[in-house]
Amino acid sequence: MKVKYFAWVRERVGKAEETIEPPATVRTVEDLIAWLSGQGEAYAYAFEKPKVIRTAIDHAHVKSDAAIAGAREIAFFPPMTGG
Amino acid sequence: MTSPVGACPVTIRIQQDDFDIAREIAALTTSRTDIGAVVSFSGICRADDDSAKVAALTLEHYPGMAEEEIRRHTDEAVSRWPLNGVTVIHRVGRFMPGHNIVLVLTASQHRRAAFEAAEFLMDYLKTSAPFWKKEESEAGTGWVEAHTRDDEAAARWTRS
Repeated sequence: MKVKYFAWVRERVGKAEETIEPPATVRTVEDLIAWLSGQGEAYAYAFEKPKVIRTAIDHAHVKSDAAIAGAREIAFFPPMTGG
Repeated sequence: MTSPVGACPVTIRIQQDDFDIAREIAALTTSRTDIGAVVSFSGICRADDDSAKVAALTLEHYPGMAEEEIRRHTDEAVSRWPLNGVTVIHRVGRFMPGHNIVLVLTASQHRRAAFEAAEFLMDYLKTSAPFWKKEESEAGTGWVEAHTRDDEAAARWTRS
């Protein structure tokens, strides 16, 4: 699946997007954040406060218990500050 | 092009270029006689924030989702208020104090619907449209933090 990062999540991870293949045991957004946190220092730093991170699946906001099965694009970003 | 009476054209644009408020209002109202009220809200980059003087703001967005998220809220606004036109323009890029950032226009037969819908749309633009502001100031450069007061403002529109 494709993963995108925005704002300071993007800066901390060090890239704007990538394709990942998490193991089948990673079922929810929460699982995915925990798995990503284990992928190196940059990820651990980006996801150090998982509760702050907002997630969208296929362009729609989701909660941390949302299932990731079938997702084409998952995005992680800080709380929004537009307008 | 003339819109039929009661129609509600919705325009959503995300762009780097500035917008012309008068031209955008004219685009909503020209050739129509059923509109009695247009509310216009502009968000402008300001120099004085809570602590340090802001030199510039950079707006980042999530292309694709930003348009879809704004559309979800304009759809809701159109279903909740008797509107005759909605325009939302959000700029992205780097801005100096005094530069326009966002424009919301709502047109209706009467002012109340237009005022309420404009406020509703702005409250949701702030809290749920995927845009992020990075601030350059005397104190350095950093991402703007979300305010709980914005979440509270958006929450009051939630229908139980």
